[in-house]
Formats: sequence, structure tokens, C-alpha cells
Amino acid sequence: MGNTTSIKMKNLIGNYGIVFVLVALIILFAILSNRFLMADNIFNVLRQVSIVGIISVGMTFVLLTGGIDLSVGSVVGVSCVGAALLMTDGGLHPALAAIIMLLAGTVCGIANGFFIAQLKIPPMIATLGMMTSLRGIAYIITGGLPVFGFDPNFTKLGQGYLGIVPLPVIIMLLVFLFGALFLALTRAGRHIYGVGGNEEASRLSGVHVKRIKYLVYAVSGFMSALAGIVLLSRINSGQPNAGTGYEMDAITAVVLGGVSMTGGQGKIGKVIVGVLIMGILTNGMTMLSIYEYTQQFVKGMVLIAAVAFDSFAKSQKSKAVIG
Amino acid sequence: MQNCILEVRHLSKYYAGVKALDDVSVTFREGEIHALAGENGAGKSTLIKTLTGAITPTGGEIVLEGQIYDKLDPVGAIDKGISAIYQEFNLVPYLTVAENVFYGKEMMKNGLVDKRAMNAEVQKTLDEMGIKLKPSTLVSDLGVAYQQIIEIVKAVAANSKILIMDEPTAPLTNTETQVLFNIISNLRKKNVTIIYISHRLEEIFHMCDRVTVMRDGKYVSTRNVGDITQKELIADMVGRTLGEDYPQRAKPVGDTVLEVKGLNNDRVRDVSFRLKKGEILGFAGLVGAGRTEVMQAIYGADKLEGGQVYLNGKPIRIKDPSKALDKGIGLIPEDRKNQGIHLGLSIRQNITFSSLKQAMTGPFINKKKDTAISEEYGKKLQIRMPGINQLAMNLSGGNQQKVVLAKVLATKCDVIIFDEPTRGIDVGAKQEIYMLMRQLVEEEGKSIIMVSSEMPELIGMSDRILIMHNGKIAGELGREDFSQELILEYASGLIGG
Repeated sequence: MGNTTSIKMKNLIGNYGIVFVLVALIILFAILSNRFLMADNIFNVLRQVSIVGIISVGMTFVLLTGGIDLSVGSVVGVSCVGAALLMTDGGLHPALAAIIMLLAGTVCGIANGFFIAQLKIPPMIATLGMMTSLRGIAYIITGGLPVFGFDPNFTKLGQGYLGIVPLPVIIMLLVFLFGALFLALTRAGRHIYGVGGNEEASRLSGVHVKRIKYLVYAVSGFMSALAGIVLLSRINSGQPNAGTGYEMDAITAVVLGGVSMTGGQGKIGKVIVGVLIMGILTNGMTMLSIYEYTQQFVKGMVLIAAVAFDSFAKSQKSKAVIG
Repeated sequence: MQNCILEVRHLSKYYAGVKALDDVSVTFREGEIHALAGENGAGKSTLIKTLTGAITPTGGEIVLEGQIYDKLDPVGAIDKGISAIYQEFNLVPYLTVAENVFYGKEMMKNGLVDKRAMNAEVQKTLDEMGIKLKPSTLVSDLGVAYQQIIEIVKAVAANSKILIMDEPTAPLTNTETQVLFNIISNLRKKNVTIIYISHRLEEIFHMCDRVTVMRDGKYVSTRNVGDITQKELIADMVGRTLGEDYPQRAKPVGDTVLEVKGLNNDRVRDVSFRLKKGEILGFAGLVGAGRTEVMQAIYGADKLEGGQVYLNGKPIRIKDPSKALDKGIGLIPEDRKNQGIHLGLSIRQNITFSSLKQAMTGPFINKKKDTAISEEYGKKLQIRMPGINQLAMNLSGGNQQKVVLAKVLATKCDVIIFDEPTRGIDVGAKQEIYMLMRQLVEEEGKSIIMVSSEMPELIGMSDRILIMHNGKIAGELGREDFSQELILEYASGLIGG
């Protein structure tokens, strides 16, 4: 009997190791700062993570197929200034501008898919190229200067509330819900896992592998553009350097959430946990007035420690299963 | 009585509650070829892994040349003269043969790697073993058979006294197997002890001196190969008497279902044949003869440059596997791990992977239907599993193969191509797959193409056998003409073509 309990315990840690890390962080900061657990601070954290959270759903899709998308930060930048210019110089309605940029982001993703599925360029290289080029476009169309002066209604998207919940948080939660349902309940979702786990077996099982690759990069492009528009509305100004470095934040969060870099394994529910860990670390350390450069160091170390813990926990779990 | 070189005494390995190895004692004599036999999960691999130091035993001891150890470590095992050759090779593809043999212990001269000396040394070993191969060849340019030979050369170069071979002939053709057997005999003459694991019993009888049988982690028996029959050995392995006969067919075959005319691509030349309803059509030939390539082309997995496929008399165009499945043609690929199973998905997700359309309600997968379908086929194929939601990686090879079979059957296809359906699976699971194939053709009216390198299985199961040589069909044999010799003559190009 003692044996089975310990197996159960190991399974629990193996499945939810990263959740324990999150809970430990919350307890730690709650002890160190009495403002940490107040409602407005909780929503503050959620709002801070919403942009990277939205991107990380697309990134999860891509990583599950065994790929990677480094261009997400640049798509954020382009959609941010693109929507800004369409509203100011183009005089378009904010909704129309947003739709156009969502399409543009999706097209960027489809281009990634074309390079990767059709031309067989390794994902890292293809999306690295797109990352650099798209950032170039963001600077070209703005001349390197910020764009501002929009319809005041537009800022509601990023700054408004539904009840007490900030709108970006609602959008992030909807995106996560979409991702979770899609991956768990659709054929394409199952095929995404299949392609990442065993591409050849998937092909021989009748999966259109190329279509799946187009799909995940298109979703990633769409999500990044959505994140860019929300970001634009929140900061109320289109910065050509917006979203710089977001690809690394998103990858960090997704990997923290236990998605395998080689593809085929991971759950979107745990990606939320990864996103929250990143957000809580920033927020908690800021509240404790920890120097920003120190924060960066700590975040890097937490990533390594959390993933090390997770893989240790997994090895315990697999021992329990094989035995 | 020869010297005992290696002995394990009361060796055990427990994983949380499960005894993978349970109080096993065996002695290995110097210079003998000692077979380990048993079904999958019998504990052979666990025993081997304790000898190579890959795992630490829970109890017992290992006596190597009189020295008692309670465990070995991987580096120590090699230093003490124990080497192992697994089914997956540990070679670096972009290095040469000689560089691989000396990998990690390169010969040095003036602080630089001395390629010339390494090449010369390897050449000497290759000559001694009678193998025609240049030490400067890149490993990536070699086929499986030669890669395996390099592994053996590596072991010989490391002065191994004990060489463990795990299913060494699984990827080899008959000719290559013969070469391997010659090498093994040579090694025996040099007093190297060989521990030999194989599912092919005829090899054990052909090559080995003694055979130890294991079952459920326990030691069953050690016998001189000369003293027992295949039937007795199988009885020891399965713990019950099992007919190694193939199920007999009762019903006659029907009309032509699938016709292939003039199939051509870079590996296949002008292949034409017909498959009848309810028939099991065997494809024999050496590895590389083009059998798998024909199947992949029909299934739409490989390019087809010329030729026409007819299904029930109507010409069809199959441009990818999904189209083939739509038309009712399924394929069970030869390489289970790389082409068949999704190890990271659950059994349920694997089984319905190709037939999800049946489990949908609107755009979403209906978990009830999904579970019902996979449970139905799990039961039909008698997949032994802790639960339908277990990951496929936790299953034994035979059960994984059944999952792949279930996946294909769940698409309800009428023509099923089995490519090496029983490779690397145990006797019991093999028997079950044979029964299933019979049931599919006789009771469900399916038609089967079976590609196999195991002659007894081809002869036992097929209604007709086509033999391929060099990308072409070299001959066709009806049931009354089946003979191992004839098939081999066609396959090696002696007759036909």
C-alpha cells in the first residue's frame, strides 16, 4: 500500500510540478508583501501578462508540432504600428483597422508555413528571417517614429473593464479557452500533437502534415497580431519597436508550462501557469523594490530551476509507470 | 567443461512494486553462444541492462571472471570486456568507419588524431573478419547491415570478451544474416562469449550452443540446444503448449479487388499484380528488393511515376495516404516506432488517429464515441493494457503493433497492406496476429497484402506469393508450389526476372 501511495504522489508531482512552483511563489510573495494578494494587484498581474499570454497560445500550437516561431514579437510590432497608421493616416474605423491587421498577421504566419512546409527551411531560420524583416517593415512604414492620436474609443480595448476584470484579461482568457478546446477537441488539434510526436507516422496515417504546419504558424501569426492590437490600445501609441523580445517571453512561458521543445507533448492549461509564473515574478519583485536588472537575472534562473524540477518530476513519474 | 566466464546469482530488479527481474541465476561459459529466449516482457532486456551497467540491480550479484560485483556501471562494463549491440545503433553518421570504431578513444600522434593508424588498425580487423569495407567510408553511406558490422568491429576493437547481441538479425536480409553468422562463428573461435537474443527460433537452433529461457522476470530453464525441439522451447517460453502452426484457411478467394498495372518509380520497375477478395497475397524478396517501395507507392506515401491502380475494376488516383484511406486501402508500416505508433499519445488517441471523422459531433471530437471506437478495437485485437488512456510508450512491442493494427482497422478499409507485421514481437502476439489476419479475410471479406522477410510466416499464411528482385517481380508461386528454396532462388535472382 505504501508503494501505491508513493506512486500516486510521484504522479501528482510529475503532472503538476509546475503548479507547485506557482503556488510556492504566490505564498512567498504573499508573506513578503501584504499588498500582493489584493484584488487590484491580482488583476494588475493578469493585465500585465495578457499580451504575452495571447502570444503564448499561438506559440504552444507551433511548439507542439516541433517547430518554433521567433517572428511573433515582430508581428506584434507590425500590427501595432500598422493599425495605428491605418487609423491615423488612413482614417479607417478602429474595427476595420484591427481586422486588416489580424489578416496581415495571419498572412505573415502563412508565409512562415510556406517557408517551413513547402521550402523545408528549418523553423528556427525561417522565422528568424521573418522576425528581422518584419521589424524592418515596422520601422520603414513609420520612419522609426511613434504613431499616435486615435479615436478615444479604441483605447477601451486595452484599458477598459468588464465589471472589475480588465478587457485584455478577458481577451486572454478567451484565447486560452479557444486554444484548449481546439487542441483537445478537434481533429486538427489531435493532428497537431501527432505531427509533433511522430511526423512520418502521422503522414502514413493520412494526416496532411503540410496543412497542419500552415495552420499552426497562421494561428501564431493571428494571435501575435491580436496581441499587437491590444498592446496598441493599452499604450495608446504605435511604437515601431513594440513587442521586441516577446518571442523569448512567450517561449519561456510555454516551456515553463511543460510543452516539449521537440513537440508532441504539453497542455495549454499548464501554459497559463507558465505565463502566470513569469507575471508574478515580475510583479512580486517589483513590489519588493528589487532592482530591475536583478529581476532579469532571477527570471532566467527561475526558468532553469523550474524546468529542471519539472524534468526531474517527470523522470520520477515515468519510473513509477514503467515499474 | 568450459570455464565459466560470467555468472549472475539471484539477480533481481524491482520497480515500484513490479519484479522485472526476479531471483535469476545463470552461468555463461567462455566461448559459447548462449541464447536468451522469452516473450516480450520476460526480463531479457532487464538482465542485459544489468550486465552492461545501464541499470542497477536491486539484489543479487554478478560474478565476472571470479570477481564479485553487486552492480556494474556503463564505462566499467566496457572496461571489463562486456559490449552490447542493440537494435538501434550508436554510430555517428558523419564520421568514417574507423573514426566510429575509435570514437572516444582516438589514436593520437603529436596531439593530433592519427587517422592513418586508425584506418590501418580497422582494416586489419575487417580483413580478419573477412569483410570487404573501406575504413574511410562514411557511416551515413552504409546500409543497416554494415552499420551493425561496424558495431561488432567496435566491440572487437575494444577487446570485448563478452558480446551481447539484441535481435541482431531483425533488420538484415538472409544473405546479410549469413555474413553475420560467419562473423559470430569467427568470434567464437577466438573464445569470445556471445549472449544472443532473438525472436527467430530457427536462428537459436542454427547458431547457439545453449539457450536460457525466461518468463515473467523469472528464470525458467537452461538447456543444450541439441537436446530440445523448437516445440519444447516454445512451450518453455510461453509456459503452455502453443501450436506454432498457422491457422488453416477454409474459404476460397473471390474476384479481383485491387489491380496494379505497370507501376514505376525510381525504386520499382514495371510491377503488375492482382489481389483477390479474401486473399492473403505474400510478397517475398530480399531487403531492398523494392517490396516496401511498391506498397508505399500504392498507398500514396511515395511518388508514382508510371502505372495505374484499379480498385474493383475502376482506375483510381492516390496522391497521398489520406486518399488511400478514403478509398479503403490501409497500410501497416514496417517500422513500428518511426512510422506506425505515436508513443507520446494515449492508446485511445492512437487507435482513432486515422478514423477521427467517425468520432466527431459537429466540429468537435465526441469523447464517448472516441472511447467506444478505441475500446471496440482494443478488445477485438486483445490489446493488453492497463487502460485505454495509458500512453502507448508504456506498452510492449507486440501490443504497440496491435495498436497500429487497430488504428488501420478502425478506418474500415477493405484492402490492408501488412509490411513486416510481426517484426520484433513475441511468439504469443505473433500467433494472435496470424489468427486476426485469417479472421479478416475469411469472416470479414477483407483482402490482405503481406510483405514479410520471415519465410515460415509467408509460407504459412499466404495464398499466393510474389517474389521481388531488384525492383521487379521475379516470380509467382501458388500454394502447392511453396518452398523455401524456390523462393530464395527467385529472390536472389537465380531464376525468374
